[in-house]
This record gives sequence, C-alpha cells and structure tokens, in this order.
Amino acid sequence: MDFVPVILTVITASTPLLFAATGELITEKSGVLNLGVEGMMLVGAIAAFAVASTTGSGLAGIVAGAAAGTAMASVFAFLTLTLLANQVATGLALTIFGIGISALIGASYVGFALEPLPKLAIPVISDIPVIGPILFGQDFLVYLSFVMIIAVAWFLSRTRPGLILKAVGESHDSAHALGYPVIAIRYAAVLFGGAMSGLAGAYLSLAYTPLWAENMTAGRGWIALALVVFATWRPGRVILGAYMFGAITILQLHAQGWGIEVASQFMSMLPYLATILVLVLISRDKTKIRLNAPQCIGKVFHAAH
Amino acid sequence: MKRRTVFKAIAGALSVGMLAAGMASASAQTKVGFVYVGPIGDHGWTYRHDLGRLAIEKEFGDKVKTTYVESVKEGPDSERVIRQLASTGHDLIFTTSFGFMNPTIKVAKRFPNVKFEHATGYKQADNVATYSARFYEGRYIAGVIAGKISKANKIGYVASFPIPEVVRGINAFLLGARSVNPDMSISVVWVNSWYDPGKEGDAAKALIDQGADIITQHTDSPAPLQVAENRGVKGFGQASDMEHFAPKAQLSAIIDDWNPYYIERTRAVIDGTWKSQDVWQGLAEGMVRMSPYKNMPADIAKLAKETEEAIRSGKLHPFAGPIKDQSGKVVVEAGKVADAGMLLGMNFYVEGVEGSLPK
Repeated sequence: MDFVPVILTVITASTPLLFAATGELITEKSGVLNLGVEGMMLVGAIAAFAVASTTGSGLAGIVAGAAAGTAMASVFAFLTLTLLANQVATGLALTIFGIGISALIGASYVGFALEPLPKLAIPVISDIPVIGPILFGQDFLVYLSFVMIIAVAWFLSRTRPGLILKAVGESHDSAHALGYPVIAIRYAAVLFGGAMSGLAGAYLSLAYTPLWAENMTAGRGWIALALVVFATWRPGRVILGAYMFGAITILQLHAQGWGIEVASQFMSMLPYLATILVLVLISRDKTKIRLNAPQCIGKVFHAAH
Repeated sequence: MKRRTVFKAIAGALSVGMLAAGMASASAQTKVGFVYVGPIGDHGWTYRHDLGRLAIEKEFGDKVKTTYVESVKEGPDSERVIRQLASTGHDLIFTTSFGFMNPTIKVAKRFPNVKFEHATGYKQADNVATYSARFYEGRYIAGVIAGKISKANKIGYVASFPIPEVVRGINAFLLGARSVNPDMSISVVWVNSWYDPGKEGDAAKALIDQGADIITQHTDSPAPLQVAENRGVKGFGQASDMEHFAPKAQLSAIIDDWNPYYIERTRAVIDGTWKSQDVWQGLAEGMVRMSPYKNMPADIAKLAKETEEAIRSGKLHPFAGPIKDQSGKVVVEAGKVADAGMLLGMNFYVEGVEGSLPK
C-alpha cells in the first residue's frame, strides 16, 4: 500500500491541532488559561472563508482568520487582564459566543464552495521520493505550522524574552517586583494564542474542507487544550501529541476500510484514549512536570501597590 | 388601595383580552413545527426538509405559521425540544431523523391532540405517522452507473450509523453495481455521525487511498464529494444536488423532495382529515428524484435513465431475487422480491460488501 498519501492525510489532519496547541502553549506559559480556543478557531474559520470567497485570495483569507482570532483574544484579554474577570468562566463564555457568532455570520456563506489552498511545491526537492511530497509538497499553512512550533520551542528555551515569559507564568509577583510589565506580556501572549487559533480555524475552512459548516471545528479546540496540558507544556510533546492524535484518527478510518473487525464506536474513541495514554506515560516524571508547569496559571494578577 | 384595585382590574381585562385574541388567532392559524437533526446549512438532508417547510409557507400563506429548531441532538435533548413545541400550541410537528423515534412516541402520548410526523421511523401511534422515502431506488441507479464507470471495481462508502436504512442503501448500491459488473466490491467506513465534514472528508480520503474510485455517502455534508473532486475520482451527491461543490466529480445525486408530502399532510391537518399512516414513497411518487446525469458517457446516462424509468414503472425492483448474503445463503429467491419486513429491518450485507456489519 502506498503510505505517502496516508502520511500526507495525517499531516493535514494534525495541522489545526498543532496551530491551536502552539498558541495555547504560549498563552498558558505566561500564566493565562484561555478556554476560548474553540470559539476563536470558529471565528477564524468563518472570517477566513468569508474573506477568501469574497476576494478570491487565499492569502487574504489566512490574514483575516488570524486577525479574527486575535480580535476575539483581545476581548478575552481585556476581560481577564484588565477587568480581572475569572479566566475559566470568561474563556467558556467566549467559546459559546464564538460558536454563535460564527454561525450567524456563516449563515450567508453556507453552500459556497472554494478552491482549496494550493500546494506549494518547491522545485526539485519536492520530487524526492517519500520525503519530498511529505515535507515539501504541502500548502502554505502546513509549512507555517512547522515553522511556528519550532520557533516557539526555540523562543521558550533559548531566548531572553522567552525566559521572561516563563517567569511571568511561574510567579507573576516576582516578575512584577523585578520590573517586568506582567500585564503587557500576558496581553501579547494571549493575542498570539488567539492568532494561532484563528489560523487553525482558517486552515480548516480554506484547506482541509474548503466549505463553511456550522461548528466545523467539531471539538478540535478542546483537543488542542487538552494536548497542551497532557504534554506538560513542552513543545516537543505538543508536536508528538498533535501528530499522534491525527495519525490515529486517520488510521482508524483506514482500519475500517480494510475490514478490521472492531466496533466503529471504539475506533472513534481510540485517538483520544491513545493520545492521553501515551502522553501521560511519557510525562510521568513529577519533577519535570513541576519544572514545566506554569505555577501561576489561571491566577489573577493584581499589582500589589 | 384604590389605585391597586384599578391596576388589578386593568391587568385582568388586558390578560383576558390577550387570551381571547390568542385563542382566536390560534384557531385560525395552523402552527407547524420542525425538529432538525442538523443545520439547514448542511445543504443535504436538513436543507431539503427546510425546503419542504418553505413550500408549506408558500402554499398556505397566512393560514400557517412554521417554527423550526436546528441541530437537535438525538437523545434526551430531542425529547425536550419536541415537548416544547407540543406545549406551545403546535398542531403538527415533523421530527426529521430516525433517532427522534422514541422521544416522538413518548411526547405524543402526553399530547394526544398534537399530530406528529416522524421521518424514517417504524413506530406509529394514533397521532404519530411515519414517512420515509425509498432512497434505495436511487442507490440502485447510482450503483448501475458506478458499475459501468468504475475501473478499479471498488466503491468507497462513507456511512453514518449501522441502522437498517443505511444498510439498505449500501446493499441496493452494490446490487445495482453488480447487475452490470459482477466484480464490483464495496468498502464501508462508519463515521458515527450524520454530519461532521472533517471526519467525512478523512473517511473519503482513506477510502480513495485504499483504491476506491467511486465515492458515495450516507452522511450529510459535501465533504466526501469535495475530496473526490480533489483527488480526481467520481462520486454521488447525497440528499441534494451537490454539483457546485464538485462540478467534475458528481455523476448524479439522489435528491429528497419532501415538498408535495409536507403540503399534503399540512392540508390534511387544516381540513381535519389527518390520520396516522405509514408512507414509503419513491421515484414513482416523486419523493425521490435523481439530479441530471453528468460527467459520464452518453450511453451510460441513457442506461441510467432507462433504469430509473424501469423502477418508476414498477418493472424493476432493486431487491428482486436471487439475492445472497455475505455467507452465500440465498435470502431472496429468484423470481421473488424482498418484502417490506426484510427491507425495513435489514441487518445483513449482500455478497460483495467488504468487512462485516457492526452490531
């Protein structure tokens, strides 16, 4: 059997998860728990689809998707960082809001069809058998997802601003005492997370299934949130979790096609079970967990003076 | 004290007045409610039901008032929605998915004066009628086309839930395909949802990667057809014409046309002649239609039209014997036709379907 198309399908299935999880990783590392990922993904999806189908430009759609996610994230940031609202409740409320407003705007875009984003083949390199199409024959957003997670990993572990971000998440009072602008840093992290979620949504509506359907994320935002936690906030584990989830989702469909005799409902459960199991097993080390988990996540920062 | 009495008197008069007006308008207008399992925007199953609702509004104008609730999950939530419609003065309620069957029966017992129409179910009551369309007739025609067009002799079927209606569709498709090409086989993937574009698209990709060159579905979004268009294979639209999603890939689509039936039943309620019944209509009555045959050679389109005519006139029955199940046992003998009982409760695959039927 030809494995290359299967691997290509797995990569496309995992990309939205990777985008959303990358953004949420930065947000949570700064100490903010943003549960609104699902809503931001949907808003990004409809914004991208609406702009792309009106202007005919996929790039404009991508930008619009990121912008919409950022806009929603700015609402979240304002409510939780400036008005000091409860982060969990605000995130949930924004998810529900995002589902509704995307359905409202999307009502006039139902039934529209779009050309999917073109694959950007790099001449010569893309023709290498097997790794050519997998690594170099994808569309723009897939490349962007590779670049973003690597950039985020490097940012967090090797740069000074990344260190400051982690410090803010670890102990916002100490960071404030050292003179770092805690609220500003958290704003930046939340907006970045929103932009990534918007891109995840844009990928769904522009490349994955180029149509608009109400609630088309089908819970992927929640999966991305869970991935970040089960990966104990480590970028490497996030990549592993996202691709593992995508791979098992695709493989269970293949398994059904091959006639493997397992209940299809169990097969539907399998990606969730397997990803949780693997991530929990490889992240058992309590010290590592404590090292990587942002201690101040979810706590409201109120400058004490 | 005096002011309070005056206020109470005004409030009393107003409420009596409103009640009277309300009752007057209620008896003049027939309220028809619709419970949808998916969004109208699915452009498939629910979309066609909503077209039926709009047809009722167009036909009867001010004499009816329609309400609809979209994306109602099958299960306890649906019971709440149906009960809410029943308790707010609706005279006729259409519940448009198989999974609403038990909730409909339950609510119908509590509201004997409300009439219910349940789509694709098999339980009736004095105030519950059931209706379904013989989609399998369309599946057979699609199978004939697939049998002629496919080069790989493999069909990919994106299926939702293993209920008799879906199994019937799979079997009818393969019987049609094998009537022109005995080497055809079908591979089925169950996505356990009526509507999940991402998953449906992934299932289609998996089937195409495994060698299928015809894609068909019993799920409600255009995603599998889009994937087929992208990969250069052909497929069939589901419940409505999905041509603009897949202009090169769609061979035909099985279209559900509920308009005439919905208008007829609403008229029966208005006239007071409504009675519970179990209706199963197909090509002959116009409840099932095929969209124009495209993207195929002229002689295959002609064969498809002839098959359609033969089914419509009753000369050809998709489930005419001999039919063998997967174990080789003859379930319908030569010269006989599968009876309604076997069709409605179909729980076996015919010979040529790969894999076994999930329980």
